[in-house]
Amino acid sequence: MYNFDFVKPGSVADAVAVLADDDAQPLSGGQTLIPSMKARLNAPGTLVSLTGIPDLVGVCRESDTLVIGAATTHAQVARDAAGDFPGLAALAGQIGDPAVRNRGTIGGSLANNDPSACYPAAALGTGATIVTDRREIGADDYFQGMFATALEEGEIITSVRFPIPQASAYAKFVQPASRFALTAAFVARYASGVRVAITGASENGVFRWAEAEAALSSNFSADALASLGCSPHEMIADLHGTAAYRAHLVGVMTRRAVTAAG
Amino acid sequence: MSKVTMTVNGRERSAEVEGRTLLSGFLREGLELTGTHVGCDTSQCGACVVLVNGQAIKSCTAFAHDLDGAEVTTIEGVANADGSLGRIQQAFKDYHGLQCGFCTPGMVMSTAALLAENPKPSEEEVRHYLEGNICRCTGYQNIVRAVMAASGQEAGALAAE
Repeated sequence: MYNFDFVKPGSVADAVAVLADDDAQPLSGGQTLIPSMKARLNAPGTLVSLTGIPDLVGVCRESDTLVIGAATTHAQVARDAAGDFPGLAALAGQIGDPAVRNRGTIGGSLANNDPSACYPAAALGTGATIVTDRREIGADDYFQGMFATALEEGEIITSVRFPIPQASAYAKFVQPASRFALTAAFVARYASGVRVAITGASENGVFRWAEAEAALSSNFSADALASLGCSPHEMIADLHGTAAYRAHLVGVMTRRAVTAAG
Repeated sequence: MSKVTMTVNGRERSAEVEGRTLLSGFLREGLELTGTHVGCDTSQCGACVVLVNGQAIKSCTAFAHDLDGAEVTTIEGVANADGSLGRIQQAFKDYHGLQCGFCTPGMVMSTAALLAENPKPSEEEVRHYLEGNICRCTGYQNIVRAVMAASGQEAGALAAE
């Protein structure tokens, strides 16, 4: 890994000021960034740690919304969201392994937008709001393809606002070597309808499965999906699974999520 | 280079390190605590697990500067005060939970974190918690037996895989 200057600001304003430098990059839990720096895929001149900012950490309910600070670890979400939003807590508890969950953060995961990461499915599957240092971005506008988001250079996520669903579940077919999702589905039922988000499957990253949403909004049961198939067009194909296999898993995991949500 | 200070195994320790120095490097090269092993160096294998403020993390995937001021426990800190093996170490010895021993420091530290939050885990919970610690010798059976024994539970009754 190339060397860099390390800074750890104590406020969002200070972090944003340092990040105005083109050669500076934010660091949250580092569970993806540090391995990519070791591989020299990433070589910032200055690394700006966001884990020393108290405002960015915590899980807090505001009526029908669960607000999670961007630098909150997966382990803390698994623990502190369990009462208010068990579907989200269960998702957080399936990321990586215990040691990774103690470092990795929700903001880091959403900023990276790995096409096989877990959190993007929850954010898109609930229509969450991504709050940054300068604006609020709806999940439908935020995810813009594999590793691509609506974030501008130097913009940092400060919190994520999740509308708490009536019922929800995340069903993950784990890729056991990486512990990312080979394919996974997040299903959330609201009074206004059902949302379904799929991660791990598409070359374009996380996406909503519109046909399943329509079917589940009129009948929230796995049977409602029996005749639905997902097209393998633009699905990820690699040594772990073909595009057709992943398309098949989209249906399987969505049905499992619906059953688990009850 | 600038100074980083942590409380390591109950003692305040400092070293001059670069921005890129990992916690594993701070411990091994800075403080010469080489019990923490670096296996894959890509956060997959768990040989480098230590406790930071009581939580298990992979020391190869955290920067020393980010943990300035932290309280760290490494494998060197788990023996009893008289130098005899700690409870978890003794169980790994008694149940042959190691062969080459390379992964053992990480296994022991992950076990310490597990038992701190769940003193009587089921076999399934042990296997689930240790999924980020990879052993290439034992096939895990004796490791799980050792963890069960360290938690004061019957270790002999595990089903063969």
